[in-house]
Amino acid sequence: MPSDTDFLLAIEDLTVSFDGFKAVDALTLYIEKGELRVIIGPNGAGKTTVLDLISGKTKATSGSIRYNNIELTRMKEHQIVRTGIGRKFQTPSIYEKLTVYENLEISYPIGRTVLGSLRFSRSETVVQRIYDVAAEIFLTDVLDMSAELLSHGQKQWLEIGMLLVQDPELIMLDEPVAGMTAKERDATAVLLKKIAKQRSIIIIEHDMDFVAKIADRVTVLHLGKIIKEGTMDEVQNDATVQDVYLGH
Amino acid sequence: MNTPLKHSESGFAKLMYDRLFKDKEGVITFLILAVLLLVILPFTLSDFRLNLTGKYLCYAFVAIGLVMCWGHAGILSLGQGMFFGAGGYCMAMFLKLEASAPENTAIQTTPGIPDFMDWNQVTELPWFWELFKSLPMTICLIIVVPAVLAYVMSVFYFKGRVSGVVFAILTQSMVAAMWYFIVGNQGYFGGINGITDLRTILGWDIRNPESQRILYFVCVVLLLLTVLLSRYVLATRLGRVLVAQRDKETRVRFSGYNITSFKVFIFCLAAVISSIGGALFSLQVGFMSPNLIGIQPSIDMVIFTAVGGRESILGAVFGALLVNAARTGLSEAYPTLWVFLYGFAFIGIVLFLPKGLASIYQTYIRPRIFKSSNAQASPTEVTEASATFEQELPDAK
Repeated sequence: MPSDTDFLLAIEDLTVSFDGFKAVDALTLYIEKGELRVIIGPNGAGKTTVLDLISGKTKATSGSIRYNNIELTRMKEHQIVRTGIGRKFQTPSIYEKLTVYENLEISYPIGRTVLGSLRFSRSETVVQRIYDVAAEIFLTDVLDMSAELLSHGQKQWLEIGMLLVQDPELIMLDEPVAGMTAKERDATAVLLKKIAKQRSIIIIEHDMDFVAKIADRVTVLHLGKIIKEGTMDEVQNDATVQDVYLGH
Repeated sequence: MNTPLKHSESGFAKLMYDRLFKDKEGVITFLILAVLLLVILPFTLSDFRLNLTGKYLCYAFVAIGLVMCWGHAGILSLGQGMFFGAGGYCMAMFLKLEASAPENTAIQTTPGIPDFMDWNQVTELPWFWELFKSLPMTICLIIVVPAVLAYVMSVFYFKGRVSGVVFAILTQSMVAAMWYFIVGNQGYFGGINGITDLRTILGWDIRNPESQRILYFVCVVLLLLTVLLSRYVLATRLGRVLVAQRDKETRVRFSGYNITSFKVFIFCLAAVISSIGGALFSLQVGFMSPNLIGIQPSIDMVIFTAVGGRESILGAVFGALLVNAARTGLSEAYPTLWVFLYGFAFIGIVLFLPKGLASIYQTYIRPRIFKSSNAQASPTEVTEASATFEQELPDAK
């Protein structure tokens, strides 16, 4: 059993191999409380796999992931979520047939069992919370609209909003600004900075301008390994990084 | 502009109204169904036709179950006949025991046991038949047996994340297994002939037209209650979670839900509802046989639901009524051709109305009658909302 740490998330010696191919190779990564960390890297570097491992979608071959000193590697997805980790997928993953309001409400972290959900009712606290989040993600006016009618950028925000309703301590976002217009990207940057004040965020992103705008620290991943960690400037001026990623 | 007040559920009466009927439209459509079944049909149909309608309505229970587990939760079951049969057999076994009182069966080698047991050299009532000597116990079993069957059948599959076509085939094989089990155990369940010659319930003759009329009303009242129960369940958060997991299962898991228990719950609920339909079937038709619950009837049950509209509870009720009525009508009018006509009608509906007859109502009838209560935003409203939304975006620079 590894010793307790002060880190919010401590990943140590994490390895996952698919038929001998090591998608993540002895990865060690620490995230502090209140940190906004961006993970970059070329295609196939294992960025999304790292998120899959943390959130329980993929099981690790070896190594440990501890969140507030709770070992996550053997827990099921919903149990991991209940410890306080929220995750946004690469393509907007929302419930098209439900309204924006209902989408947000499903994430409300009370009554998530069968009986709990049968008894769940929309109390003032619940509704108020959803309205607060809707205002943050710029969707107050479309609460009753069916989610399939939203624009691509709005769908991305809706999914971020669903995470906010959940109120997790750690948020993981997989390419949150993909497919957004320039204006929407700027608005998202403001939104994420605001969110980051109260919690830790891990972001996977390709868009360098966007990364430069938001990142505290950047981790560069290549072939399942970390090749550089530091501020955006340090990373951009690193020879190895330029070689595998930025130069191409 | 949206305000928090609009979405909050305050007050018990308002909550019940919202969940059972949602709005005026929900009340009106429910009343139309109630008046049709309780007033119009009983006063216009002959005793024979009314009894047939009662039989069709038993299938409507199964169709409602399928709307919940297939239409809303995305779990297609081709084995609902199994649960229909569970209820049907429980009720038939109770009625059969009553019909086999020693004075009625004095000519048998062993008086007091069902006739088919006597024919199969069974000389003692099997232990599990003892349970069916009491009506309250039988009613309990009508609820418990399908729930247990459905639980055992589904929990391992759903835990192993088996879904879609694979699950549908598994349910189909389960219903086939049940068919062979009943046919193979002739001495205990009456084999291929089923359990026949059911006469009385607590001494009250169920065969004469007057009691069949009363049973019809019992069936309708239970059906209407089931409609309300299903509406309630689907209007709770559970109903929304089911729809959500149907469309994006992973997302729901990552919102902290254990999907397995939700799927098992709705599958069991659908099974219990089907079972109630089966029990009423035995009561109204007077017999139960494996051929009423095998593979083909199970597929027919899915057809009723598909024709009616698999997302609409009332649609499913009308689907069960119309398809069965059409079957009877066509087979009476064209004894040699009817299967083809029936088949063409089904193909037509799948081709032109993929969401079933309910979509005719939703596209053509509802917009004319309930213009204002339509919650979906029209395309113009959407563009307007996006336009104002563009201006309201904060500037990042």
